[in-house]
Amino acid sequence: MTDLVLETQGISKAFGALEANKDISVDLAAGEIHAIIGPNGAGKSTLIAQVCGAQQPDKGRVRFLGEDVTDLPVRGRAKKGLGRTFQISALAMEDTVLQNVVLGAMGASSTVWHFIKPALADQVLVDRAELALERVGLSDVRSQRTAELSHGQRRQLEVAIALTLQPKAFIMDEPMAGLGSEGSKQLTRFLDELRNEAPILLVEHDMDAVFALADRISVLVYGEIIATGTVEEIRRNKDVQRAYLGEAE
Amino acid sequence: MIKETYLNTFVLSLFILIPLWAYLADEPFTITLMTRAVIFALAAVGLNLALGIGGLVSLGHAVFFGLGGYAMGVLAHHAQTFTAVAEWPFLIEGTKSMPVIWLVAVVISSLAALLIGILSLRTTGVYFIMITLAFGQMFFFFSISWSEYGGEDGLSIYVRNSFPGLNTLDPIQFYGLCFAILCVVLFMMARLFKSPFGLALNAARQTPERVETVGLNATRLKLVAFVVSGAVTGLAGALFADLNRFVSPTMFSWQLSGEIIVFVIIGGVGRLFGPVVGAGVFVALEHFLGGLSEFWHIYLGALLLAIVLFGRGGVIGILSGREKIHD
Repeated sequence: MTDLVLETQGISKAFGALEANKDISVDLAAGEIHAIIGPNGAGKSTLIAQVCGAQQPDKGRVRFLGEDVTDLPVRGRAKKGLGRTFQISALAMEDTVLQNVVLGAMGASSTVWHFIKPALADQVLVDRAELALERVGLSDVRSQRTAELSHGQRRQLEVAIALTLQPKAFIMDEPMAGLGSEGSKQLTRFLDELRNEAPILLVEHDMDAVFALADRISVLVYGEIIATGTVEEIRRNKDVQRAYLGEAE
Repeated sequence: MIKETYLNTFVLSLFILIPLWAYLADEPFTITLMTRAVIFALAAVGLNLALGIGGLVSLGHAVFFGLGGYAMGVLAHHAQTFTAVAEWPFLIEGTKSMPVIWLVAVVISSLAALLIGILSLRTTGVYFIMITLAFGQMFFFFSISWSEYGGEDGLSIYVRNSFPGLNTLDPIQFYGLCFAILCVVLFMMARLFKSPFGLALNAARQTPERVETVGLNATRLKLVAFVVSGAVTGLAGALFADLNRFVSPTMFSWQLSGEIIVFVIIGGVGRLFGPVVGAGVFVALEHFLGGLSEFWHIYLGALLLAIVLFGRGGVIGILSGREKIHD
């Protein structure tokens, strides 16, 4: 495939005797949502950490936009256009919602080394942040302290920060976690549109959302990919039914 | 609750009115006491950037205070003995000019902070505290053994250094100079706290992984904060040495590093005027309680305990509540 945006090539990671990821090769093509599913402890977070640069693989390579980025740290990959949301919200809780998103906008510019002009007086940064907040539906709470947001709003804020980077690919680690059914549906609709801007590597436990969104699904069990395919292929796959969805499926 | 801006204005007016009263009442000792508070405040304003905004608990900030002090001491000592600081590779002469001394103090403190920061920021938490403490002790014992500049006994400077257009020996004029510097630094810090750099540094303290994920270098942000912080504390050290006309290894002591942290905690960690209030309270306690008992630190300890347990925002936090969100 020539339109691959992101690719892991046989990456492995062990913590002592525990092999968290074994020879994993997954890829993400332009315009698609590729979901990674698997039970707790399957190694999904370890895989995400290696894709984003938070952990180095023991073996294998990570390629982004045709370039080997294995040795780049998190910020290096972010600068190249890899946007990420966290499984557990990583937000500046003492700051306002807008300040959190402006921080994201700063990452995409070189304004961080400005020492005199107030950050919120930089109209370019604020406009970009406001736009991202509007898109995720958080404009009304822009002036609130982040610690006062509900869990669902924090998840939306995570997505807004990633949006400000104008990424070329998104890595989303359980964006639906803790959302109610309505919130989950809203975010599902939003991600469905978002794929046209940048493809999404999605780790998610909400199977309704995964089946509604994913073009392809990879199933990770005990650190290994046991199947990759379309939603229907995964539904029919006997190994997946046995290992993950249960025999009754 | 009092609005923080009003509280800050009130604090600032106290720092104008008390010395003014002391000048009119011919109480030069009170002016000297206020000068001491202003210089301590300046040192703590420096630390507040690293500690309050950057989250760097440095137990080695006396290094910069001491370096500033010794920059003044060494330059003034050579000027008063008409000897050269160095003759090779090029001639460096001593000076009694405050602006030159301040520049040297700031440059040396910044360079030391850069070096210490590069090494210390490889660690976090208690290890960071320990490594900064270790650097402090290194400088302390070095200064004790530096016999050329008085070693353990320190170094006396006979006449206060000069500033163009001012009689620095006049307590009120020297106070005015120190207070003006504090105001300039506070103004710059107020701008810096709200700048993109301040916003990113604040976020780097709360969630460094987020800062990295948006493509920013959290360690570099903290390093720059540490260097600026060291430079301001170094400038305070040069002024302190000039106030006392004396430098000694105690300026490098870990107790002094601890006291600077205490100023910040008493006043309010991360609050713009927290260090000013903290230094003011400390000097007041030192003066009034110190006169009553040599064990006055017990009362200071009790105050510190009360603030840590019941008023995390320090005096500023207790009086003006949670910091207003700047939007």
